[in-house]
Amino acid sequence: MLNARALAAAALTPLAANAQNQINMPTGVSDAGVVITELGAEIYGLHMLIFWISVAIGVGVFGIMLYSIYAHRKSRGVKPSQFHEHTGVEIAWTVIPFFILVAMAVPATSTLLEVYDNDDAELSILVTGYQWKWKYEYLDADGENISFFSNLATSQEQIYNTDVKGENYLLEVDQPLVIPVDTKVRFLITASDVIHSWWVPEIAVKRDAIPGFINEAWTRVLAEGVYRGQCTELCGSYHGFMPVEVHVVSQDEFDDWTASKRGAAVADATLATQELSVDDLMARGADIYNASCLACHGAKGEGGLGNAIAGSAIAMGGVDSHLNVIVNGVAGTAMQAFGAQLSDVDVAAVTTYQRNAFGNNTGDVVQASDVVSYKEG
Amino acid sequence: MGDHHHGPAKGLSRWLYTTNHKDIGTMYLWFSFAMFLLGGAFAMIIRAELFQPGMQLVEPGFFNQMTTLHGLIMVFGAIMPSFVGLANWLIPMMIGAPDMALPRMNNWSFWILPPAFLMLASTLLMEGGAPAFGWTFYAPLSTTYAPPSVTFFIFAIHILGVSSIMGSINIIATVMNMRAPGMSYMKMPLFVWTWLITAFLLVAVMPVLAGAVTMMLMDIHFGTSFFSAAGGGDPVLFQHIFWFFGHPEVYIIILPAFGVISQIIPAFSRKPLFGYASMVYATAAIAFLSFIVWAHHMYTVGMPLAGELFFMYATMLIAVPTGVKVFNWVTTMWRGAMTFETPMLFSIGFLVLFTIGGFTGLMLSIAPADFQYHDTYFVVAHFHYVMVAGAVFSMTAAIYFWLPKWTGRMYNETMGKVHFWVSFIGFNITFFPQHFVGLAGMPRRIPDYALQFADFNMMSSIGAFIYGASQLLFLYNVIAAITSGKRVTDEKIWDGAEGLEWTLPSPPPYHTFEVPPTIEEQPAH
Amino acid sequence: MRLSQDPTIDTVAKLGAVSVAMFAFVFVVMVPLYNVLCDALGINGKTSSEAYISVMSEVDETRSIKVQFIATNNDGMPWAFAPDVTEMVVHPGAANDTVFYAANPTTASMIAQAIPSVSPSRAAEFFHKTECFCFEQQPLDGESEAQMPLQFIVDQDLPADIKTITLSYTLFDVTSLMRDKVASR
Repeated sequence: MLNARALAAAALTPLAANAQNQINMPTGVSDAGVVITELGAEIYGLHMLIFWISVAIGVGVFGIMLYSIYAHRKSRGVKPSQFHEHTGVEIAWTVIPFFILVAMAVPATSTLLEVYDNDDAELSILVTGYQWKWKYEYLDADGENISFFSNLATSQEQIYNTDVKGENYLLEVDQPLVIPVDTKVRFLITASDVIHSWWVPEIAVKRDAIPGFINEAWTRVLAEGVYRGQCTELCGSYHGFMPVEVHVVSQDEFDDWTASKRGAAVADATLATQELSVDDLMARGADIYNASCLACHGAKGEGGLGNAIAGSAIAMGGVDSHLNVIVNGVAGTAMQAFGAQLSDVDVAAVTTYQRNAFGNNTGDVVQASDVVSYKEG
Repeated sequence: MGDHHHGPAKGLSRWLYTTNHKDIGTMYLWFSFAMFLLGGAFAMIIRAELFQPGMQLVEPGFFNQMTTLHGLIMVFGAIMPSFVGLANWLIPMMIGAPDMALPRMNNWSFWILPPAFLMLASTLLMEGGAPAFGWTFYAPLSTTYAPPSVTFFIFAIHILGVSSIMGSINIIATVMNMRAPGMSYMKMPLFVWTWLITAFLLVAVMPVLAGAVTMMLMDIHFGTSFFSAAGGGDPVLFQHIFWFFGHPEVYIIILPAFGVISQIIPAFSRKPLFGYASMVYATAAIAFLSFIVWAHHMYTVGMPLAGELFFMYATMLIAVPTGVKVFNWVTTMWRGAMTFETPMLFSIGFLVLFTIGGFTGLMLSIAPADFQYHDTYFVVAHFHYVMVAGAVFSMTAAIYFWLPKWTGRMYNETMGKVHFWVSFIGFNITFFPQHFVGLAGMPRRIPDYALQFADFNMMSSIGAFIYGASQLLFLYNVIAAITSGKRVTDEKIWDGAEGLEWTLPSPPPYHTFEVPPTIEEQPAH
Repeated sequence: MRLSQDPTIDTVAKLGAVSVAMFAFVFVVMVPLYNVLCDALGINGKTSSEAYISVMSEVDETRSIKVQFIATNNDGMPWAFAPDVTEMVVHPGAANDTVFYAANPTTASMIAQAIPSVSPSRAAEFFHKTECFCFEQQPLDGESEAQMPLQFIVDQDLPADIKTITLSYTLFDVTSLMRDKVASR
């Protein structure tokens, strides 16, 4: 449990300059003064309303108490009064708070009604929580859904204090969610394993992702920019390491982005028909490994939550049985089926990487065509 | 033996076989303090890891085991048994009864606790580690994805549930049947009232918790699908059942604290409690409301709008009776003749900090705003203001208040005051900044965090170490008082204290009120 | 009612009965009540697990409802699983047919269970399935595939403000669950 080396490194590594300490909820308004989401601004207003009402009551109650502590102390020689009932006062402080509560409930109700107004969305995105990453799938009327996984991009070296932490430490992903500005976007939120919760504070959307069921939320972001959030429902060991990163861009940029995503999918498919060099496979495989495998199997394949890969019978045994584990997962364990999560090229690359990194040195090269033929039996 | 005035047996067998409410109360108090230190040690590990961004001391999986065990041990091992201990010591003495109604069951309720917690703690050494799914153990993380030790966790919950139910039945039976002649319900000290209502809550909801863990057990081992969508179940059902238990549980923890504060503030204000009757009604109202607000813990699960609105309105209503209590306490102080010994300091600390926790509770009840607060450090700050500054501060006040009565020896007042100020300051340094990081977007239960949360987390950790260390001072003060404290012989140790326990010698004999006392016309509160 | 002459035993007996009753309450009241409420309020977008018996109804040609289909694999489910079409435009009252495609790439025969969920959940009670592969478990031999049929009607009483309905299916691997059940018989 004790990690002496990491501790020593922590003492030696200077922290990156801290971002400004924020002490309140995001206002829903950008630094440039543009409203980010109307709902976010409204929720902030509601939050501040209740806060100031509480402060006012608190000042009254604590003021009276402090005065009493000052004035009604035995050391000042006061004689204690013996009153212990007053019906009028008691009724007043039961009834008046009730009306204050009604005054709070009215704006709260109207805001809640807006939160629940999910209809008329121009874009629907399926958000699926996995241990420990998010998958985004843009629903398309013609069946050409764009779908990808979004993994933590912060390096293990930063987490274990052997490298300087970047500005967006733990809040950065390899592939962000991209949405167009000023467009009503509907999020359909679900999970594949345990309950997660998808949250982006600045756009004021938080919904639980529940395996088997879908939840709905929506947003209309009015200010372009990058908004970051995190999973907020305890979902296992790496709960703190599955951030959300949303890029809000103009409609033109969004169209370009969707075109390039579709293009990349085609490119992957093309790549799947080609032979890649060992170096290309290893480089690609290392990236995939770090994003998808490392959390459980360790930076050096030494294992952790998952089995060790370095020197393992699976990684050094038959290629087909190795592919079987990666593509289909292992039922009843945390090992997921990556066949649907990774493209054929990526499966080939990561398999090649695992078979040759960490001193496994089998010399085996697995090409995408091998994966295709494995999948087809 | 036939001798009604025999003293305690000697040696270990005194404690193993005892049916004496004072002995059992003492054991509960020591056990809960041991658990408080254990749960506190886990909290220190959590705060040490969170001292700086990056992973330094422990791995993320172990961190989750720490947060889980910290929560479980503090709630079920420290706070709840400590108040049961207090009830054991005080209720018979307050209502003029010779002992609890069911002394042998009392012995059992205590003695099944240590094995349960030993089993829970031993999961740390098991293959796969201790439960790491949070003290709220949401399915399916706690079922399909749980470590094998979950079975022992379930068994431990069952045992401590049985213990709580037996303890509660005992308290209800004692209060209902063993009051001295003339001690009518509306003459009972408020501590007895709050415990009576708490005991009813416990009898009603501990079986619900037992049901929830039994369903988990069946899902894990017997192929049922209560909480798995695959077999027609629903993970959200777990949350409904858990919080149907869990919300009354919150009041189970805080109501006896209200009782303690309602005894101490009048004593040091030298003035009767203001609004005794409204205090009783407010307690009953809070207990009733606790059954219809559970889903405010689940605003983000995607409830229908009507459900969301119902639970929001019902939750906001709790502010009314809670407000009544706070106003009553402040009015009790008003135009009294106050002195500020350690128990009073802790009670005033309770009053201020619990009220702040109440305000954040009100903020959390507002469903649309809760979408931003939910599962962040804002919630962590909120419930530590009511659990630590609420329940633990009041418990500490109670120990200082009644310890001289129990032992016949006085604690060191200066050290007590130092303990209070260090606790009070340490507590606020720990938890006040957590409001800020929560609002700024830091989720709870994470072992590492983004850089903008670094300064406040470091502050929070420093505060936690200060608060933790101050508890060792408390332990020392209590032990020093018991072994070598100045002897007190007055029956009424605090000149403003009212109630039957203050008519007994200090320390009280092993058996008290074997002949029921006569109740004066003046109400005992 | 007195359960015993001794008031203490009477209290204990009553409270003991209450605690036993509360334990039973979880199983015999809370679980069924939750399921009833889910059906009535569409909690989690749950739909009826039995086929809707269609009554002859008018087709409302004036309204068009967009129905989206989503397929998700639960953890550890290696099947390929996808809707044939991702979106349909339907009229309330009309019967509509579509299929989902499933393929088992493994060498073992497996059993799957699809769990439906409708969004918005308010629409769940107006979304009637007259035929659905989710009503039954779906066994599939290794290295084989299947077209799984779905037939549904959107009720004419669907609230006017709902214009889009999303039907999600999550596919669970229940092979071992079924094997355990058979073994325990």
